[in-house]
Amino acid sequence: MEFSYVFLILLLPALSFLILGLAGMKMSHKTAGLIGTTSLGVVTVISYVTAFKYFGAERLSDGTFQTIVPYNFTWLPLGNLHFDMGILLDPISVMMLIVISTVSLMVHIYSFGYMHGEKGFQRYYAFLSLFTMSMLGLVVATNIFQMYLFWELVGVSSYLLIGFYYPLKPAIAASKKAFIVTRFADMFFLIGILLFGYYTESFSFSFAGDVMLSPDATPFIPVNTSKALAAGAMILPTALVLMFIGGAGKSAMFPLHIWLPDAMEGPTPVSALIHAATMVVAGVFQIARMFPLWIEYAPQAMPIIVWVGVFTAFYAAAVACAQSDIKRVLAFSTISQIAFMMVALGVCLPGHESVLDNHSQLGYMASMFHLFTHAMFKACLFLGAGCIIHAVHSNEMEYMGGLRKYMPITNITFLISCLAIAGIPFFSGFSSKDEIITACFAYSPVVGWIMTGIAAMTAFYMFRLYFGIFWGTENKEAHAHHTPHEAPVTMTVPLIVLTIITLGVGIYTTLAGFLGWSNSFGSFVTASGENYDIHFNTQIALTSTIIAIVSICLATYIYKGEKQPVADKLYKTFPKLHQAAYKRFYQDEIWQFVTHKIIFRCVSTPIAWFDRHIVDGTFNFMAWGANEAGESIRPWQSGDVRQYAVWFLTGAIALTLILLAI
Amino acid sequence: MIPVVCYISLSAILFFTGVFGFVTRRNLIAMLISVELILNAVDLQFAVFNRHLFPTQMEGMFFTLFSIGVSAAETAVAVAIIINVYRHFHSDQVNSIENMKL
Repeated sequence: MEFSYVFLILLLPALSFLILGLAGMKMSHKTAGLIGTTSLGVVTVISYVTAFKYFGAERLSDGTFQTIVPYNFTWLPLGNLHFDMGILLDPISVMMLIVISTVSLMVHIYSFGYMHGEKGFQRYYAFLSLFTMSMLGLVVATNIFQMYLFWELVGVSSYLLIGFYYPLKPAIAASKKAFIVTRFADMFFLIGILLFGYYTESFSFSFAGDVMLSPDATPFIPVNTSKALAAGAMILPTALVLMFIGGAGKSAMFPLHIWLPDAMEGPTPVSALIHAATMVVAGVFQIARMFPLWIEYAPQAMPIIVWVGVFTAFYAAAVACAQSDIKRVLAFSTISQIAFMMVALGVCLPGHESVLDNHSQLGYMASMFHLFTHAMFKACLFLGAGCIIHAVHSNEMEYMGGLRKYMPITNITFLISCLAIAGIPFFSGFSSKDEIITACFAYSPVVGWIMTGIAAMTAFYMFRLYFGIFWGTENKEAHAHHTPHEAPVTMTVPLIVLTIITLGVGIYTTLAGFLGWSNSFGSFVTASGENYDIHFNTQIALTSTIIAIVSICLATYIYKGEKQPVADKLYKTFPKLHQAAYKRFYQDEIWQFVTHKIIFRCVSTPIAWFDRHIVDGTFNFMAWGANEAGESIRPWQSGDVRQYAVWFLTGAIALTLILLAI
Repeated sequence: MIPVVCYISLSAILFFTGVFGFVTRRNLIAMLISVELILNAVDLQFAVFNRHLFPTQMEGMFFTLFSIGVSAAETAVAVAIIINVYRHFHSDQVNSIENMKL
C-alpha cells in the first residue's frame, strides 16, 4: 500500500516523548536534545516525501487529488457508531504536515541555543515531542472524534509547556488560564460532536467519495445527513456552530482569546511553535475540515464566523498597537491574523453549479494559504523575539531600541518577516492576505474595507514593534553593563531558514499571481480540490499595497527617530484610549468579574454547599451509621467460649421450637 | 432386646451432660471431655438407628467408626492446643484466654 510508512510520522515523536520522558533525566542535555531533534528531522523528511509524492501524483478524472487513507481502524464500536483511529491524507492535511514538521524542526534546533543550560531541558524536549505528535495526529485524523482526542492532547502539551517555568507564579497562572479557557470552549466542541454523531450516526467528515483505502482499513461510514436533515434543519448548523466555539477557543477568537497573551509566559520557542504557528490554527483547520458540511448544510450560520473574525481581527490589532511587551504584541498580532483566516473561511459562498466551487470559495484557499505563510513568518518573528529576549533579558520594549547594531541577522530576518506580515509584494504574506481581502470584497464591500483597514493596522503595529526594538532610543543604561550580542548559530539558522521560505514563497507566488502562472498555492489546496490559478485582482492588490506602505511610512515617521515627539503627543492627547488599549480593553477584568463575582458566587458556591453538605453528608451518615452499629455489636464478641456456647444452644433451642411450632 | 427408648434416653443424657459440662466447666480438659461426651451421644444414635431401622445395611456403623476416628484426631489437636495455651498463659482456665490475639 502506498503511503503505508506515514504511521512513522506519529510514532517517532511518540517514541521520542516516551524515551525522553522516562529516561530523560539520566541523559545529558545534548543527548536529549539530539534524540528529540533527530526524530523530528526524520519526521520532517517523511512529511516532505509524503507531500512530494502526494501532490506529484496524477489528479483524478474530476481534477481533485485522491484522498488516501492508509490506516483506519475501528477503535471502539458502539452499535452503529464507530470510534475510528486512522490516518487520512488529503491536500490540507498534507499541507499541515509540512507546516507543522518544518516549524517544529526549526523550533527544536533553535531551542538548543535558547534553552541552553536550563533546568528541565530534557523535560522540555519531551513535551515538544508530545506536542508535535498530537498536532500531527490532529491534522491526519480520519474523523472528528480522533481529531477531538488529539485536540485535547494538544491542549495538554500546551498547558505543560506554558507552565514550563513552574516555579514562577505567572507561568502557573497562565498555564491554568490557557487550559481552563480552552477546556471551556472544548466542552462546546464535544457537545457539537455528540450532537453530530447522534443525528448523523457517524463521526466521519468524509462523504465517502473517492477515498482510497488500504486493504486492512475499515471503510468510513458515510455521513447520514438525510437523517440529520429529517431531524430538523437546525441540527447540523447547531452542531457545526458548537464545534466552531471549540475552534474559537483554541484559535483565540474574541471572547475566548484571553488565554493567548498570557500564554507568552512559556519559553519563546514554544510560543513560536504552539501559540503562533500550529496549535492556534487548529480552530481554522477544524473549520476547513468541516468545510464541505458548512457550505452545504449551514451556509446561513457562516456569518457568525465572519463577524466573530472581523471583530477579533480589529480588536487584537487595536490592542497590539499599545502593548509594550514584544511577545504580547506578537500574540495579539497572531490573534488578529488567525481572525483573518477565520474571516476568509466565513466569507465563502455556496457555488452556483456545484456546492463546492473554487471561485465563490476563494476564501477557503486564501485561508489555508495564509495559514501556511503566517506559520512561517510568525514563527520567524517569535524566534527573532526570542533572540532579542535572549540578548537583553527582558520582554519590555523600553529595554530595547537600537539593537540593529548588535544583532544584524535578527534585524534582517525580523524586518523581512515584518514586511511579509504587513503585506508588501514579493513577501509571502502579501499573496495570501491579498487573496483573503479579494474574497472579502467578493462577499461584501463592508467586510472588504474593514479587513483592508485591519491590514493597514497590522502594518502599523508591526513596524512600531520593529522600530521600537531595532531603532529608536537605545536604552544605554540597560545595555551598559550587559552589551547585547547576536544569538548563537543554532538560533540564527532557523531564522534564516524561515526567512528563506518566506521570501521564496513570497517571490514565487507574487510573480505567479501577477503573471498568472499555474502551480501556485491554489494548485494544491482549494475548496473543491480542483486546480485554481491565483490571479491577483490588480485593483485590490494595488490598494492594499499602497495602504500598507502608507502605514509603514506612518510608523517610520512616528517611531523611527531617537526622540518620538509625535508618539508622545498622541499619547498625551488620548491617555485614556492608550490606557484602555494597553489594558486590552479590560477584557481580563470583565472575565475576572464574570467568573469570580457571578459564576463563583452565584453558581459555584451553592453547588459546593450542596456537594459538601448533601452529597458528602449522605455518605458521612452512612459511614457513621456503620461505625455506630459496629460499636454496639462489639461487646458481644467477648472471647468467652462458654458464653458463645450458651448463645448457640439458646439459638438452637429457639430454632427447634419455632420449627416445631410450624 | 433392649427397647430403643433406652438407647435414646442414654444418648440424651450423655448429650445434655456434655452440654452442661461444656457450659459450666472452666477447665479446658473438662470442656474437651464434655465435647467428647456430646460426640459419643451422637455416635450412639447413629449406631442405634442403623441397627433398628436398616438392620441389613452398615452405613450408620461405618459412619460411627469414621466419627470416632475424626474425634480422636480432633482430640489430639485440641490437647496440643491446650498444652500450648497452658505454656503461654500458665493456666488451664478458659476465662484466662479471652484475648486470643496479643
